[in-house]
Amino acid sequence: MSGMSRIVKTITNVAFPIVLIYGLYVIAHGHLTPGGGFQGGAVVASGLAMLLVAYGSIWVIGKVKEKQLSILESIGAIGFIGLAFLGILMVFIYSSFQGNFFNNFLINQNEIPLFNEIGAGLANINTAGVIPLMNFAVGLKVIAGLFAIVLVMAYATRIKEGK
Amino acid sequence: MNKRNFAAVIFFAIVGAFLLFTALMMHPFGNFNEENTPEMDEYIIDNTQNETGADNGVTAVVFDYRGFDTLGEATVLFTAVAGVILVFRRLKK
Amino acid sequence: MIYNIPYIAVAALILIGLYAVIFKRNLIKIVIGITLIENGVNLFLITLAFREGSIAPIYREGQNQIMSLPVPHALTLTSIVIGVAVLALMLSLIIHLYRHYNTLDAHKIGREQE
Repeated sequence: MSGMSRIVKTITNVAFPIVLIYGLYVIAHGHLTPGGGFQGGAVVASGLAMLLVAYGSIWVIGKVKEKQLSILESIGAIGFIGLAFLGILMVFIYSSFQGNFFNNFLINQNEIPLFNEIGAGLANINTAGVIPLMNFAVGLKVIAGLFAIVLVMAYATRIKEGK
Repeated sequence: MNKRNFAAVIFFAIVGAFLLFTALMMHPFGNFNEENTPEMDEYIIDNTQNETGADNGVTAVVFDYRGFDTLGEATVLFTAVAGVILVFRRLKK
Repeated sequence: MIYNIPYIAVAALILIGLYAVIFKRNLIKIVIGITLIENGVNLFLITLAFREGSIAPIYREGQNQIMSLPVPHALTLTSIVIGVAVLALMLSLIIHLYRHYNTLDAHKIGREQE
């Protein structure tokens, strides 16, 4: 099945960047507004599924292999666990920090000026310590995971030509 | 109706009566006072901004207070993706 | 009594799902029942989180209303993602079973073909 009609493809070309940008916005502002890594990842994966429906699974699997998506998902998982373990590691670098697993080591310090401010309801994006980084890691993981599921299921159950 | 179907009907009736009775016995919807509000939620609402710096309380709970929960969730998602790719590997040719 | 309507809705969702799981023989319908039970549980967690006159637990500038409880929201988020993962795995296993047995009847799958 090689995609749908030209009208559907044109509408998809218009709508896909908007869906992508909205999903990335939801991921990036996860610590300020409703949303987060999972929700934004689901939005972006829905946009990619729309691409899959409009253009057909054979066209998409010519561009993206599920092995690459698997690698992306593993990168997301390793980033998430690595950020969790950095909470332990920080106690060796700065002895003043209380370190444990999933410690929010970027907040309440002044050495690293990255996401280290206290949120005060002013929609300041430079807040919340390690939470935005974890949002990005989980967002990457959810995008790659859900798109890999949809892509593999669509490609395995495709309608074969002349059969 | 054979014997097995009859047992299923009995089980369904018991579970249904239990669920409906419990739904009628619950506290009224949205009625939390000083006594039955969980202390954990009160603590999180009071201290989220100072301890994690995040404005969004739900994200603070998901990624900071209950990070282990999210770790298990990520593991489940990873396992599901691996399982789906494994199941469809043989079908794809 | 009128304030218990969300809990009755939860019980109805779980009962409909349980009916489909117990009495239906089509595997797709069983999966729909499992998803309905899962949605009932999610709705139950969300109803437990609500306080009267409360807003979502997100701090904004210059508001002092009470907030709804954040922990059930987080648990529901976890539950939704796990539900999606389990649904994908169940559906792919059903596709595999259908390719192998050429039927979706739960009573015929797994038996030797006579």
